[in-house]
Amino acid sequence: MLDFLATIGRVIIAFLVTTGRLSLFTAQAVGHCVRPPFFFRLILRQMVEIGYYSLPVVGLTTIFSGMVLALQSYTGFARFSAEGAVATVVVLSMTRELGPVLAGLMVAGRIGAAMAAEIGTMRVTEQIDALTTLSTNPMKYLVAPRLIAGLTMLPILVLVGDIIGIFGGYLISVYKLGFNAATYITKTFEYLETIDVVSGLVKAAVFGFLVTLMGCYHGYHSKGGAQGVGAATTNAVVSASILILVFNYFITELFFSR
Amino acid sequence: MTEAPKIELRDVHKAFGPKVVLDGLSLTVGKGESVVVIGGSGTGKSVMLKCVLGLLVPEKGSIKVDGQEVLGMDPAEREEVLRKFGMLFQGSALFDSLPVWENVAFGLIQGRRMERTKARDKAIEKLAQVGLGPEVGELSPAELSGGMQKRVALARAIAAEPEIIFFDEPTTGLDPIMADVINNLIIKCVRELGASALSITHDMASARKIADRIAMIYKGKIVWQGPTKTIDQSGNPYVDQFIHGRAEGPIKMEVKV
Ligand SMILES: Nc1ncnc2c1ncn2[C@@H]1O[C@H](COP(=O)(O)OP(=O)(O)O)[C@@H](O)[C@H]1O
Ligand SMILES: [Mg+2]
Repeated sequence: MLDFLATIGRVIIAFLVTTGRLSLFTAQAVGHCVRPPFFFRLILRQMVEIGYYSLPVVGLTTIFSGMVLALQSYTGFARFSAEGAVATVVVLSMTRELGPVLAGLMVAGRIGAAMAAEIGTMRVTEQIDALTTLSTNPMKYLVAPRLIAGLTMLPILVLVGDIIGIFGGYLISVYKLGFNAATYITKTFEYLETIDVVSGLVKAAVFGFLVTLMGCYHGYHSKGGAQGVGAATTNAVVSASILILVFNYFITELFFSR
Repeated sequence: MTEAPKIELRDVHKAFGPKVVLDGLSLTVGKGESVVVIGGSGTGKSVMLKCVLGLLVPEKGSIKVDGQEVLGMDPAEREEVLRKFGMLFQGSALFDSLPVWENVAFGLIQGRRMERTKARDKAIEKLAQVGLGPEVGELSPAELSGGMQKRVALARAIAAEPEIIFFDEPTTGLDPIMADVINNLIIKCVRELGASALSITHDMASARKIADRIAMIYKGKIVWQGPTKTIDQSGNPYVDQFIHGRAEGPIKMEVKV
């Protein structure tokens, strides 16, 4: 019985320690994001890495999601003769949900993992210590540029992804399901409101922050050589993915539950 | 009273959880002096250097740099003190995302806000000091051999002309000839800068060559120290065992099965 309580106690303490450490890390990192000096060269490099090089992955996932969405809702809605709603379903699902979540998860796999591996390697090979001895704050030099780039590039990436996804839905609807092109486009914009797009972009910014934060945090605290870096990479991707889905719910509730 | 020693560690304690690594370590390095700390692997030599640099925080004790207590300093002051230091890391710790010249110039560009073109000239000059041509500057660290990486790391450590330089196992993993080249470079660079040096090694040939004074660390304490030439007559069983590399003696290797 006592053993059991001790185990529970240990788990709770470990959880609180991790939460505290993560909060401290986040606060420090955000502090460095808003206080000069800024490393513009590094921010730019990270922006290209996150924004530009993720385009193919995000483009592919969103175009196929848009296509399948059109196909599914057409066949599903045919059961109660509501095929006309396909355009609206595609555009709302894409902008509100699928665009940000898919892009977030894809970037978590691509960027979160790469950041954890890079920073983790720098940690275990003492490169982070070397930064400090060369009068450079590693939080400012390594973490802040990545967070800034994640926060700003994901919304852009998602906007592009939204458009590609909606285009995918259009392709299937017009060329496969026989919708009239002009009507489909009109329908697409008929019920679309600003808040649908804006909520998606807010999600994207939050997801971008979470992915880069997890990548940096797990990399920064990795230890124990190659194995530790491997674990950090896995943890970064898993924790970022879970956080994305959790925050996705709460942001949706914030915007749309009334 | 003469002037304060460059570095003074007094009764420093550092443990990781239950594992005690430094257990009341005391050591001083005078101005312009080259002190070498010898000791087996895992005895806390690197931890000692990291405590002085503020990369690790000891639980107890005092560390003074130029007579100024550094433990408990606020980060801005600490950064000011760190500018006096150069450090050669055990594994070189070169930044592999940057070309060699930018590695060498890093402290000048980021730490001292020097212009890139000027810093680059300075880096080429420092590379020449460690016997590397300007063409090496364009390579990436991964393209260099271990010995060349050590030289680049040395150039980086001296680039900002520090008052105090730390060398963490500068010759470990190098062939004897390359090790001697590095030893000569260390002596030359330290002398040219008039810097104080604190090195750690378990390579006795290297220790004898670069040290004015040698100290031996064992179980988190300094168990012997004295001028380099007295080491063979130390009369200390730990030192004797270590310099002759004998398995039998007071030093027990923790070999767990
Ligand atoms: N950050 C750390 N966390 C936990 N243990 C550490 C850490 N750094 C060093 N140690 C432990 O401290 C001991 C001394 O390490 P170190 O100073 O690197 O030895 P060496 O004398 O070979 O340089 C080792 O047993 C190592 O496991
Ligand atoms: Mg060591």
